[in-house]
Amino acid sequence: MSGEVLRLENVVAGYEEKAVIKGVSLSVREGEKVVIMGPSGSGKSTLLKTAVLLVRPWSGRVVLDGEDLTSGRADLRRARAKTGFVFQSYNLFPHMKVIDNVALPLRLVKGYSKEAARRKALEMLKLVGLGDCGEKYPLQLSGGQQQRVAIARALAMDPIILFLDEPTSALDPELKAEVLETLRDVAHRGIAMVVVTHELDFAREVADRVVIMEDGVIVEEGDASLLWSPKTERARRFLRVIGTASAPT
Amino acid sequence: MVDFLVENFLFIAEGIVTTLQITLLSFTLGLALGSLLLALGLSPLGFLSRLYIEPVRGTPLLVQIFVIYFGLPSLGVKLDAFTSAVLALGLNSAAYQAEIFRSAVKGIPDSQILSAEALGFSYLQTLRYVILPQALRISIPALVNEFVTVLKESSLASVIGIVELTRRGEYVAARTYRAFEAYLIVALIYFVVCYLFSHGSRRLEKRFRIPGYTGA
Ligand SMILES: Nc1ncnc2c1ncn2[C@@H]1O[C@H](COP(=O)(O)OP(=O)(O)OP(=O)(O)O)[C@@H](O)[C@H]1O
Ligand SMILES: [Mg+2]
Repeated sequence: MSGEVLRLENVVAGYEEKAVIKGVSLSVREGEKVVIMGPSGSGKSTLLKTAVLLVRPWSGRVVLDGEDLTSGRADLRRARAKTGFVFQSYNLFPHMKVIDNVALPLRLVKGYSKEAARRKALEMLKLVGLGDCGEKYPLQLSGGQQQRVAIARALAMDPIILFLDEPTSALDPELKAEVLETLRDVAHRGIAMVVVTHELDFAREVADRVVIMEDGVIVEEGDASLLWSPKTERARRFLRVIGTASAPT
Repeated sequence: MVDFLVENFLFIAEGIVTTLQITLLSFTLGLALGSLLLALGLSPLGFLSRLYIEPVRGTPLLVQIFVIYFGLPSLGVKLDAFTSAVLALGLNSAAYQAEIFRSAVKGIPDSQILSAEALGFSYLQTLRYVILPQALRISIPALVNEFVTVLKESSLASVIGIVELTRRGEYVAARTYRAFEAYLIVALIYFVVCYLFSHGSRRLEKRFRIPGYTGA
């Protein structure tokens, strides 16, 4: 069995007074692809954020690459540099050229020289099929292209685990397809991935494990076969809903 | 009228040099202090910046000039008129510029800051590479407006004896007894210069616009 990259132990988290994650345990092994599904408001985004302490857990432990991030002594910046995070709304920096969006974190966080950062950034842009867009600005690209840049930016950091929060849900169907194509390629690179998505076909294809959340807890967990034959009635109902909602790609 | 113009226009117009000197120096001082106030305002000691900004915005500039020029000497700090004017205008403008920056920073989506944090940026790196460059761009129209305001307010420096544009108008009015014409010339010069700066602002905005940005 290969090593564990991320472990959540009975994590409870929320905003102000309101608990949103109500005791979640989850372990992700090297290279493993975990798909998280669940209704809106069930806490999927919050769970991803707690994994890199963008939301601080109230209790429980988050262990990344063997280091307890909740201990208070952890170097969060160094820990985050080992992970990649792709948001639904791309979140590129609009005032910087595309290539600088990818290169800047390499310089600031990974200590690359200007030249090395540019070289690596260009390599990553080529990887997502945008080798000729480096000199453009993010808002001059389509949503799908922006999301691919965000994926390139995350991959450039050589993460041991990549978190993706509904990476295609803001996109039109055609643009969705190109991003999913990129993500399939990424999945084959052997990086662990935790993906929140409602793209059933994509999930069936890449998932090693499927986690279904509801109201801040995991209600069902299993391998990808769960997506064909859910065991609980709740999961069945949920999959029926998204099965009809997600167009074939 | 023509004779009056020929004899006095240039004399008055020369005052614009001093006016612009005062304006540029105070505006720059305001920019530097305003940025510091912004940084302070974003820190956990944010209330300290309010403690500066509110009183400065809530009192007349003329009184502030008097406090510095006439008041400070009684504390043993004697500044010449020019320095006093620049200091008063600069300290005053800092409060307004800090407010301009603050609202610009609020205009940057939280999601960008979150994403910088997720990449492992430190708070200062996020400030330096993500927040400030965008906030400055957003601030350009309001900053130009503030610059023009400082330029107009610099006329108050005339009351502590600085011979700038307004003061030269006073001289001519007193010498020729033609106050109307004299101050009309002064007003015209202020107007033309302010208009040029405001107009240049649009080019500045275009120059620094974020490519592809179509929002307001
Ligand atoms: N920054 C925040 N401040 C306060 N409450 C929040 C914040 N973000 C999320 N919440 C609340 O936490 C709950 C869970 O939100 P979360 O975004 O984690 O759900 P989700 O499963 O990702 O939903 P969706 O499918 O709509 O993205 C919701 O009730 C939401 O209103
Ligand atoms: Mg969400």
